[in-house]
Amino acid sequence: MQSTDAVKSLAPINIQFQNMANELPITLNTGKYTNASGESFSISLLQYFVSNIELISADGKVYTVPQDSSYFLIKQANPQTQTIQLNVPEGRYAKIKFVLGIDSVRNTKPLSKRTGVLDPSSYEGAENMYWSWNSGYIFFKMEGNKITENPSVAGKKFRYHIGLFGGMDKPTLNNIKIIELDLTKKGLAKVRWGSQPTIVCTADVAKMFTGNSTITIDQFGTVMGGPTSALIANNYHQMFKHKTTIN
Amino acid sequence: MRNQLKVIGILVFIVTLLTAATDKLLDNYLFKVPANFPKPSYAFANNPITKEGFELGRKLFYDPILSSDNIISCGFCHNQPAAFTHHGHDLSHGIEDRLGKRNAPPIQNLAWTNRFMWDGGVFDLDLQPIVPITSPDEMGETLPQVLKKLNASKDYPILFKNAFGVSTITTDYLMKALSQFMNGLVSANSKYDQVIRQEGAEFTEEEAAGYKVFKSYCASCHQEPLFTNNQFANNGMPMNQNDLGRYEITLLQEDKYLFKIPSLRNIMLTAPYMHDGSINSIDDVIQHYRLNMQTTTNLDNRFLKNGQIERVPLSDIEAKNLKHFLQTLTDTIFIHNPMFSEQ
Repeated sequence: MQSTDAVKSLAPINIQFQNMANELPITLNTGKYTNASGESFSISLLQYFVSNIELISADGKVYTVPQDSSYFLIKQANPQTQTIQLNVPEGRYAKIKFVLGIDSVRNTKPLSKRTGVLDPSSYEGAENMYWSWNSGYIFFKMEGNKITENPSVAGKKFRYHIGLFGGMDKPTLNNIKIIELDLTKKGLAKVRWGSQPTIVCTADVAKMFTGNSTITIDQFGTVMGGPTSALIANNYHQMFKHKTTIN
Repeated sequence: MRNQLKVIGILVFIVTLLTAATDKLLDNYLFKVPANFPKPSYAFANNPITKEGFELGRKLFYDPILSSDNIISCGFCHNQPAAFTHHGHDLSHGIEDRLGKRNAPPIQNLAWTNRFMWDGGVFDLDLQPIVPITSPDEMGETLPQVLKKLNASKDYPILFKNAFGVSTITTDYLMKALSQFMNGLVSANSKYDQVIRQEGAEFTEEEAAGYKVFKSYCASCHQEPLFTNNQFANNGMPMNQNDLGRYEITLLQEDKYLFKIPSLRNIMLTAPYMHDGSINSIDDVIQHYRLNMQTTTNLDNRFLKNGQIERVPLSDIEAKNLKHFLQTLTDTIFIHNPMFSEQ
């Protein structure tokens, strides 16, 4: 009986991520974008983890999505992954909170606790999101090319693989980012039986090039696990915005 | 007819008894904490060693199916006669004759450590094999491809079913099987062990003198009984900017050029030495500490006195005796154990 009640009290809600670059929707490979330093670029691969989702209602009640089912890999190449489907208690939600990346505890769990998008065998080729040599997940991955004025000159390839969860023995670089989005201005999410609201968020990936630090493709074409990753993570921390809620 | 049945019945009984005895033997033989060892750090509760799991892990260890060209197995670089190192090779070899940047370490007593690789970048034995399997300079394969090959093979699905009761081979069980085999590789039967456990062996005079030298100058890093304290240190090897050691994991300046302190067990079998395989003989290793250590970034404090480098002040006799002692760390039972060999 109890479990039926518990199931009954939960109603569906979606969180959708619309990836953008400078207000423009992303088209892999063919789309052309410009970063804060005026460099033109195209994007060939974009994916990032959203995890540990919490919804906070207008009266301050926090609902934490059960952790084992709170890991999502948003892939630009796969539109289905861009909408997360959750079941939460009925209510009016004014805020969402999530981790961009994978929490440090899960980074250290046994393989039996790393299923679905956390399974190191679940990634094909360039889509790999797990570092074997420095055990841990890649939180955010974007690759592409700088576009040069002269089409006969090959553009510089860029690779940004951002991870690092803070270390095992002593504190080390931690690029886990907690994102909080206030829904009150663009619309509360009204969760109730018989409807399925969608919280629409945008993720402006061009933000990774600007903010606290200016990152240029010329200077930092490849960033993987080094100290520069902190600058990029601090920049992209600001990339999410609440766009609207479809109730 | 009745007599035949009786005979068959007796035979079945004997086979059952033998199997039970073998199982018991394996249970004891495959993993037993040696009397002079501490408690292991591996989480055996999640993955206890079974005969089926160990044998499956062994088959996988020696099977090149884990590599992209189906030529390189784990055992290719980890040879039992050399205490599971690649004897004579300074750097690890991989597919298409590619070279890694570090020396293949021995596989022994892994249940007592939770920092793997020369830089300690891996903290769980179950995650360790992913490194060589996916490294482009080693086995150059992808995990999804490995699982695909294993699941499509004739024998592996049955073997995983027998070992773990699963019908699909997943990352978790693949790694569990490999860990069962590697955890079984316990080296604790050297002459040193037999002396310490008072099993009748005795050090010669030179070995006993060498043991004293060892205790004075080596034991704080190469702590008994594992002959490593599982920490990281810089030992004054010439610096190579292409390998920053532990720093590559932690990005901490204090970890620059620090490497895992290796065990000295079976050290006579594992030449060449150091993380980069750049020292060819044990004599030259001892000479390194006596004469050749350099004032490097983050040289370990044990080699510094008032900020100045202080090399290990061994006399020729002491150096010779130390070598005699190190020879007592060779475990011939370990390197000849047929249970650990390719079947």
